[in-house]
Amino acid sequence: MTKKPVDNNVYINGRPVAIEGERNLLELIRKAGIDLPTFCYHSDLSVYGACRLCLVDIEGRGIVGSCSTPPEAGMRIKTHTEEIREIRKVSVELLLANHDNNCPTCYKSHNCQLQRIARQLGVEHVRFKSVLDRKPVDVSSPSVTRDPNKCVLCGDCVRVCSEIQEVGAIDFAYRGHQASVLPAFGKDLAEIECVNCGQCTVVCPTGALSPKSEMEEVWKDLTNPDLFVVACVAPAVRVGLGEPFDMEPGTITTGQMVASLKMLGFDQVYDTSFAADLTIFEEGNEFLQRKTKGEKLPQFTSCCPGWVKYAEQYYPELLDKLSTCKSPQQMFGALLKDRLPDLLGVAKEKLRIVSVMPCTAKKYEAKRPEFIHDGVADVDHVITTQELARMIKAAGILFNDLTPESFDMPFGFATGAGVLFGNSGGVTEAVLRFAAEKITGKPLQSFEFKQVRGESGLREAVMEIDGVQLKLAVVSGLKNAKTVAEQVRKGTCEYDIVEVMACPQGCIGGAGQPVSRNPLAKKMRTKGIYDADKMMPLHKSQENIFITECYEKFLGDIGGHKAHHLLHTHYQSRRRLPEEGIALFSGHGDQRLHVDVCLGTNCFLKGGQTILNGLLKHAEESKLENMVDVRASFCFEQCEEGPTVKIGEVTLNHATVDKAVDTLKSELEKQLSGAATAVSGCSAGCSSGK
Amino acid sequence: MQATETHVTPAEKFANVCAILEKHGRHPAKLIPILQAVQEEYGYLPEEVLTFVAVALDVPAARVFGVATFYAHFALEPRGKYVVRLCNGTACHVKKSIPILDALYRKLGISEKKPKHELITIEIVACLGACGLAPVMVINEDVYGQMTPDRAVKLIDEILEKEAALV
Ligand code: SF4
Ligand code: SF4
Ligand code: FES
Ligand code: FES
Repeated sequence: MTKKPVDNNVYINGRPVAIEGERNLLELIRKAGIDLPTFCYHSDLSVYGACRLCLVDIEGRGIVGSCSTPPEAGMRIKTHTEEIREIRKVSVELLLANHDNNCPTCYKSHNCQLQRIARQLGVEHVRFKSVLDRKPVDVSSPSVTRDPNKCVLCGDCVRVCSEIQEVGAIDFAYRGHQASVLPAFGKDLAEIECVNCGQCTVVCPTGALSPKSEMEEVWKDLTNPDLFVVACVAPAVRVGLGEPFDMEPGTITTGQMVASLKMLGFDQVYDTSFAADLTIFEEGNEFLQRKTKGEKLPQFTSCCPGWVKYAEQYYPELLDKLSTCKSPQQMFGALLKDRLPDLLGVAKEKLRIVSVMPCTAKKYEAKRPEFIHDGVADVDHVITTQELARMIKAAGILFNDLTPESFDMPFGFATGAGVLFGNSGGVTEAVLRFAAEKITGKPLQSFEFKQVRGESGLREAVMEIDGVQLKLAVVSGLKNAKTVAEQVRKGTCEYDIVEVMACPQGCIGGAGQPVSRNPLAKKMRTKGIYDADKMMPLHKSQENIFITECYEKFLGDIGGHKAHHLLHTHYQSRRRLPEEGIALFSGHGDQRLHVDVCLGTNCFLKGGQTILNGLLKHAEESKLENMVDVRASFCFEQCEEGPTVKIGEVTLNHATVDKAVDTLKSELEKQLSGAATAVSGCSAGCSSGK
Repeated sequence: MQATETHVTPAEKFANVCAILEKHGRHPAKLIPILQAVQEEYGYLPEEVLTFVAVALDVPAARVFGVATFYAHFALEPRGKYVVRLCNGTACHVKKSIPILDALYRKLGISEKKPKHELITIEIVACLGACGLAPVMVINEDVYGQMTPDRAVKLIDEILEKEAALV
């Protein structure tokens, strides 16, 4: 190492530490091996500087927040003077006085930062009287539980939701001791634009935001002797599950994982990577068709339910570009509910499919109405990696000592390509391994496509296969997805495939994975997935013989009728907020015709406001106040066809002022003549008259 | 409807909101002045109008709601004919503004959690900048200094009497 010039040092508690591009003192201090406590600092997010725990004393400048102070050569700082220790303790005690301190029963108990920091700072009693003003817990969302009584107002969730996901579903509201973090108008999480990614639960230092748990439901099924319970485990789970058992992130625990699921009482344990291989057949085929015809490109992947909901809410006009393939979870559910009764002789109503996922959005996905038929869901329950670890602990199973076992056949058989789905870039690589052989008609020399690997949230690759040029984008984090979607919207994008995962670095970084304080955890899990691929005997989905067999015996053609029915789905534009609308024009007649003009984002941009003004003008000029009600509404979920206007029973798409006024006139006429018939029918004492 | 009364219809109000948004170039950075103008239009900030503002500015509704609830001069509920603002800034707090608040609540049969009274709206504000007169209470535009619970209740009684005489 070259010797650093002397003046490049900051003296931390008297010891020199060289500045090497650290953005703030906090980073430098942590590099020096001192773990200053913080609530509101996350290296991936903007600096907020509110928790006042990262304080340091700079000689000549006094006490400042280290997270918001850039290091300067020659600075002399102290990290734990008497005064700072006291300030930190008081800060934590104030939080505790305003906190629902029932730690033993709190979901976050094992990795709560408030608990950890209180202990680290030696807070032994709280000198303030409790001022907790208990508020209701929001359990509306299938993915995230919000307990405002545990919020420390660090704002981490607010920043992750807006800076990484560009959703902005939750924000600070009110002030003083009423201050809280919550959805618009205090609505429930399930009602709003939250995409269920759960990333807020990852950064939340306390139990204020946590993944919604489904363990009890699964226990009930497992302990019911009448049921046949099947586990389907996603690729990313195997490289995260070891962490709660003190293994390194990225340790491949497949064997122990299967063994523990068996011990918990699952009757069969299958690998969702099988369904991922199946997805590649369908999605790869779909892509090749689109590419040949040159239509509906780029093809966006559809395996991430967070992204799907995001697209439905913000990019309705791009929905036809999403692959129509169900996610592997939903393909698997549909396939197993269809096949297992025959194959294993289990009555369908006794069959339960439990997904184990690195993801909170999968919980929401399983509950989407299109995946539930006559009250029976394709996937009955979804638990996260975190929940599986808890269940293993609850059952007293000594995970680390288990003898590895293997998945059940045939649905436990997967290739490395299916396992890759756990990484950002994995779906793309798996598609390439499939498409390249289809395009060239020759076996691949090497199965690895390292061009699509990497850590950045927005990567591109261009490759040429037998004269066919493929342009790919691999995206993780919805903010990055927005960047690409905007390009597509403007027509400036030339990609063929865009892979989108809502969580930074893909499913291995999903909110269902154990929360790690190791800054390298995601990197290590990513490596774990690539290693797992290498260790598998087969690496291309098309080599999965059980899938080929499945098509031969049961599914028929790839993309064929049966496959379409079981393995594909559709999307619909989706409103972001439950708000009804603004009443603008109404009088006193009893039979007023209801007119709703959409002013949701899409229709607004397409001229909804002009139509509204036109209709209002017409209503006023024709003195219709006792005959019509006009409202400005927010989104009828028909955004692709906007601007949308509803007049009585009629829904007008691609509306214009003239069309709307004409329809209004004709509907009013209909109503008048209808009313007349009703009256005459009535006075004639005859109900059948028409 | 009498022609003399200036009655703004909902449609006109909405048209004014659109004009406000245009005037500020639909710029998210202008959210606060926009909300101020909207509040002048409606007397408060109705939820559905805030949603519309969020749509028009392409800002998450949670952010608009956050701003609307952060500043004390924004109201999310229609306010009564009388707005009583009680200062609870440091000076007023020290000089016992909270007992005044309690007395007001008791008098009107309302509370912090159920603060609705059709005629009188109680608002707690941070500092009215009249600390010399602490504790300070303002009824609509009139400032009253060195308030006590008894005097506050008496002022309310006067309002209630005056209003009762009107009907
Ligand atoms: S789950 Fe995701 S979208 Fe929903 S509030 Fe949390 S970070 Fe935002
Ligand atoms: S909910 Fe959690 S992350 Fe969000 S502000 Fe509160 S404590 Fe911080
Ligand atoms: S980490 Fe610096 S103020 Fe919170
Ligand atoms: S914005 Fe969705 S239908 Fe108008």
